[in-house]
Amino acid sequence: MIVIENVSKWYGKTRVLDHCSTRIAQGEVVVVCGPSGSGKSTLIKTINGLEPFDEGRIVVNGVSVGAPGTNLPKLRAHVGMVFQSFELFPHLTVIENLALAQVVVLGRSRDEARTRGQGYLARVGLDGFADRLPAQLSGGQQQRVAIARALCMDPVCMLFDEPTSALDPEMVGEVLDVMVELAGEGMTMVCVTHEMGFARKVADRVIFMDQGAILDDCAGEAFFGDPDGRPERARQFLARVLPH
Amino acid sequence: MDFSVITNNLSYFLLGAWPHGPLGGAALTLVLSVCSALASGVLGLVFGVALAMTHGAAHQALVLFLGFFRAIPVLMLIFWTYFLLPIVFGFNVPGVGTVIVALSLIGGSYLAHSVYAGIRSLPPGQWQAAAALGLGRVQALRYVILPQALPIMLPSFLNQWIALIKDSSLAYVIGVGELSFVATQVSNREMVYPTEIFLFVALLYFLICSSLELGAGAIARRYGTAAKPT
Ligand SMILES: Nc1ncnc2c1ncn2[C@@H]1O[C@H](COP(=O)(O)OP(=O)(O)OP(=O)(O)O)[C@@H](O)[C@H]1O
Ligand SMILES: [Mg+2]
Repeated sequence: MIVIENVSKWYGKTRVLDHCSTRIAQGEVVVVCGPSGSGKSTLIKTINGLEPFDEGRIVVNGVSVGAPGTNLPKLRAHVGMVFQSFELFPHLTVIENLALAQVVVLGRSRDEARTRGQGYLARVGLDGFADRLPAQLSGGQQQRVAIARALCMDPVCMLFDEPTSALDPEMVGEVLDVMVELAGEGMTMVCVTHEMGFARKVADRVIFMDQGAILDDCAGEAFFGDPDGRPERARQFLARVLPH
Repeated sequence: MDFSVITNNLSYFLLGAWPHGPLGGAALTLVLSVCSALASGVLGLVFGVALAMTHGAAHQALVLFLGFFRAIPVLMLIFWTYFLLPIVFGFNVPGVGTVIVALSLIGGSYLAHSVYAGIRSLPPGQWQAAAALGLGRVQALRYVILPQALPIMLPSFLNQWIALIKDSSLAYVIGVGELSFVATQVSNREMVYPTEIFLFVALLYFLICSSLELGAGAIARRYGTAAKPT
């Protein structure tokens, strides 16, 4: 479904991605973790072409992301992305947030888009919030709307970039619950997150990054169950983020 | 004080020689202002968006072009267009048209930078979120960026348009009979009531400018709720 081959990227002279390679299969849930500045956001954003890269190849659902002729908007329409800071459109109500891209990008009718939006709102537990403005919602609610907004586009996969790290602790759970449910339904997911409890529960695979390189890429059970098999840096990282 | 000079010439102050001659006075000031406000708004929007969508050499060229119009005094631009337009286009442009062109170009180049600043003031995440949903750059601009940026820009537009109303008085240099021009005319003819005349003219400018502010205030309140940032 997603193939990443030898991808490198520089900002000027600093290398932020260093020969990254991995494959993500249909229905797989992959958690990407690593210290701050290790290139997690950059890597996940290369998948839908939000970040250009300098070397290597990325293919999503048969479409080569970096190739010159690729219609990036068309590709992105079916790759859902959820950001750390929600990025709802503050001038639009919740239901308008959900309907906008369906109408403008997919060409659905307003009614169809709103009906679908209502359906996904109910699924993230926000029935009855359709006509609120984003500013009138809590962080956790905003992030659930952002997830619903991405789901409305019938994505072939979902990318999450630290979806809970801007949230107050008591709201983290409600967002993770939605993500766990999605994973259970077989959605292909790539999640950058430090929520190791979540990772342990749903990750089929864990990718550990440091200084732009993928240092470890293994099954979830191995990552958490076999500390001795991990590279040194990953062990140190785990020791810091896991509760003792 | 003797305000009979005002009442006796009231129609001349407000309408100029109209309906027996060309429109002038406060009415012409209003026409000049409305036309150049609209044109400068459109120019500002187009050039501001162009600034936001271009990079590198094209962007620099645009900045230079706009900087040129911001640098020259309005008076000079009015003179220039008055003498240049006929040479460029080969026919005489009426004074009113000249003034509208000059005011729109200057107002437009100021507004372009306000529009650009308004667009840039939004967090880059909004562009990314729009792009991630499959919107193209133009779609993102139209549905996500501008609806948020325009309310932010409203005060700049208002300032620029008020400046423009007052700058329209410079039209007198090429003999366009707007409010200041007819006031000077009446004052020169009557000789003895300059205080009354220019007090009255000041009042008229004040009324025109404050009605613009009131109107803009009403619009801002109407759409204000939607403009609140998160
Ligand atoms: N626009 C930019 N210009 C230059 N360097 C950048 C830019 N954006 C990111 N970087 C650098 O690229 C590296 C990777 O950044 P990235 O945001 O991908 O890290 P991250 O793993 O997501 O970190 P975090 O956990 O803090 O979100 C960092 O060293 C960062 O300083
Ligand atoms: Mg990051």
